[in-house]
Amino acid sequence: MPFNTQKLARKGAQAVTALLLTAALPAHAAWNQLNLPRGVTPASRDAYDLHMLALWICTVIGVLVFAVLIYAMVMFRKSKGAVAAKFTHSTMAEVIWTTLPTLILVFLAYETAPAMIRIEDTRNSEMTIRITGYQWKWQYEYVGQNVSFFSTLAQTSNTARQLGSGEDPYQIENYLLEVDKPLVVPVGTKIRYLLTSNDVNHAWWVIDLSVKRDAIAGYINEGWFTIDKPGTYRGQCAELCGKDHGFMPIVVEALPKAEFDAWLASQQAPAT
Amino acid sequence: MTTITQGHAAQDHAHDSHGPGHGLSRWLFTTNHKDIGTLYLVFALVMLFIGGAMALIIRAELFQPGLQFVNPEFFNQMTSMHALIMVFGMIMPAFVGFANWMIPMMIGAPDMALPRLNNWSFWILPFAGTILLSTLFMEGGGPAAGWTMYPPLVLQSGNSLAFAIFAIHLLGMSSILGAINIIVTVMNMRAPGMTLLKMPMFVWTWLITAYLLILVMPVLAGGVTMLLTDRFFGTSFFQAAGGGDPVLFQHIFWFFGHPEVYIIILPSFGIISQIIPAFSRKPLFGYSSMVYATAGIAFLSCIVWAHHMFTVGMPLAGEMFFMMSTMLIAIPTAVKVFNWTATMWRGSLSFETPMLFAVAFLFLFAIGGFSGVMMAIAPVDFQYHDTYFIVAHFHYVLVPGALFAAIGGAYFWLPKWTGHMYDEKLGKIHFWLSAVSVNILFFPQHFLGLAGMPRRIPDYATQFADWNAVSSIGAFVFGFSQLMFVYIVVKCVRGGAKATAQVWDNPEGLEWTVPSPAPYHTFDEPPLVR
Repeated sequence: MPFNTQKLARKGAQAVTALLLTAALPAHAAWNQLNLPRGVTPASRDAYDLHMLALWICTVIGVLVFAVLIYAMVMFRKSKGAVAAKFTHSTMAEVIWTTLPTLILVFLAYETAPAMIRIEDTRNSEMTIRITGYQWKWQYEYVGQNVSFFSTLAQTSNTARQLGSGEDPYQIENYLLEVDKPLVVPVGTKIRYLLTSNDVNHAWWVIDLSVKRDAIAGYINEGWFTIDKPGTYRGQCAELCGKDHGFMPIVVEALPKAEFDAWLASQQAPAT
Repeated sequence: MTTITQGHAAQDHAHDSHGPGHGLSRWLFTTNHKDIGTLYLVFALVMLFIGGAMALIIRAELFQPGLQFVNPEFFNQMTSMHALIMVFGMIMPAFVGFANWMIPMMIGAPDMALPRLNNWSFWILPFAGTILLSTLFMEGGGPAAGWTMYPPLVLQSGNSLAFAIFAIHLLGMSSILGAINIIVTVMNMRAPGMTLLKMPMFVWTWLITAYLLILVMPVLAGGVTMLLTDRFFGTSFFQAAGGGDPVLFQHIFWFFGHPEVYIIILPSFGIISQIIPAFSRKPLFGYSSMVYATAGIAFLSCIVWAHHMFTVGMPLAGEMFFMMSTMLIAIPTAVKVFNWTATMWRGSLSFETPMLFAVAFLFLFAIGGFSGVMMAIAPVDFQYHDTYFIVAHFHYVLVPGALFAAIGGAYFWLPKWTGHMYDEKLGKIHFWLSAVSVNILFFPQHFLGLAGMPRRIPDYATQFADWNAVSSIGAFVFGFSQLMFVYIVVKCVRGGAKATAQVWDNPEGLEWTVPSPAPYHTFDEPPLVR
């Protein structure tokens, strides 16, 4: 990307939005949650960079157009004695403001295409995980490793989320974003995932990995990610799948390679 | 047509023998375009509050994390029904109401071309709306799979699905009949001298919209019929287990669904194109490029549908095509915004309530347009898709977009319809309450989406709590502000300062040449246009 001022951009976006909404806010609103996270995979960084590029282009155009509008609204008021001009068109102006957006969009498409090709390129993956959506849980299967398990909403969240449970969500750690058994993956490894569903459509989405693909019965969708930082990454089902659609989170635990191998071995042991 | 009205047929029908009927039968049996226009508008207003109440249930539940008021099943019914009611029951009928009232007067026609069909196309609506709403009280509840009704989920619905689908068939039929009527009227009933390129922009946008309706509503009807047979008659159009294809439905739905969003927004563009020149005291800038831009948008809207489906696993070439065709729509849309700006440039502006709504439309629709361009970028759309970012996007184009255009249009033509000026002071208060609260309501939803909150969830992680609370506060202020609109309209119908024929400061258009209120029959003798 020829656009490397992300930090500045992030600060700028926050400042603009802060100004827009200051008046309406409770004192403790989430100021650190205004923008897309940069994430930990090549795809998420591509997405973030393109997002910021588009956001800035839109912001600049928006500021210019709005400035012209506001200027017109202030300067050409009837109450200030403005007399209407008679012009009804200007071929020059119209050619310019048709061509300019076209050029900007061509530029955007040109910047996007390489990222799109990278994101769809699942070749040379080092391991494959098959993910199956169920109402309302996920199944993870390490293809060829003889490891397979389900991952469902953690019991603490599940109790608290019931209507009239009387429990305070703020007292639950990672409320609605915790599972009984997370997907464990190694860092620095190109992981291909195969996605399908056992019933209705679901979508597997972890924002820090920038993976979002629909899980559809009868289809096997594929994608990939390479996580470059150990950590726990959380996401949710992103396609309406029935009453508990909001309650089938995704937790991905990325471990250093050696730790992952040990974990995998420990999972394989009882299976044999 | 015009020769008939000029012949002695017109003499035989003395005006007083053709006045409005009395009591309920006036509204049941009317074939008068003004009566039917009023019926459409009142129906839309009622539906606005029913759909709005559902939205407030949603926002009340989302005010805090945890489930406080409704269970997830009912929450899903609310999100689905809110959308169905607002799209098919509120905003589309509202614009058909404007078309009924204004198109004959704008083109100098005595009425719509097919008056009995007109009556029928309206009277389908209350029945369809009632059937749709009644599903909420049936066993299993109303549709809960989203207004998009994706299979296989929707096929898990109870028997009430059959009623919902029947209601959609009826609503679609009503739209098609209305569209036929508009096309026939515009094509045949224009006053002498009113060539196509002299028609007001509102008429142009509706003509193009009507063609879009006829193109895509039957596709939706086909899609939901296949759902019906899949659910009740054992077919497998969309069930993988029987050899069907769940993604096929998404293609069918969005081949209807994307043009549908332009069916909603093009008449809004038309209304804005009437209001801005009137209060700029200057003709619309770039009339012919506006017409071409409208036609261009309509064409492009038919070849972009799969941008709603970037995550279904399309081939790379498909993603590229739909990304670029989607971006193309930004060009004619930008042209329109620039032309409106240029109309105001060096005008003589005043800011009565209709103009305030029109100007707010320009700013806020543009914000929705910008997020639209961002979402066209497929690799980033993987992050935006099915989050609150898209909820913010389409509400920006539908609420401060389409709904503001409709409200602005109502203020603009109310004096013509009723013969009274509305209360300008109250109108301005209504505007400022709406314009501020709509941003408090929807702007934070951008942040929620970017931070990772999926749409259509009844409960959320605590990190999303603050912006949801802000959004809900905005929702309640916005919702209750609209009660003011009802008060202002009722007050205006019942009395107020007498409106002149012109109402505003010398606006352009044939509707301003007839008295206010517009007589029950206008243009029995076609006017001569320039």
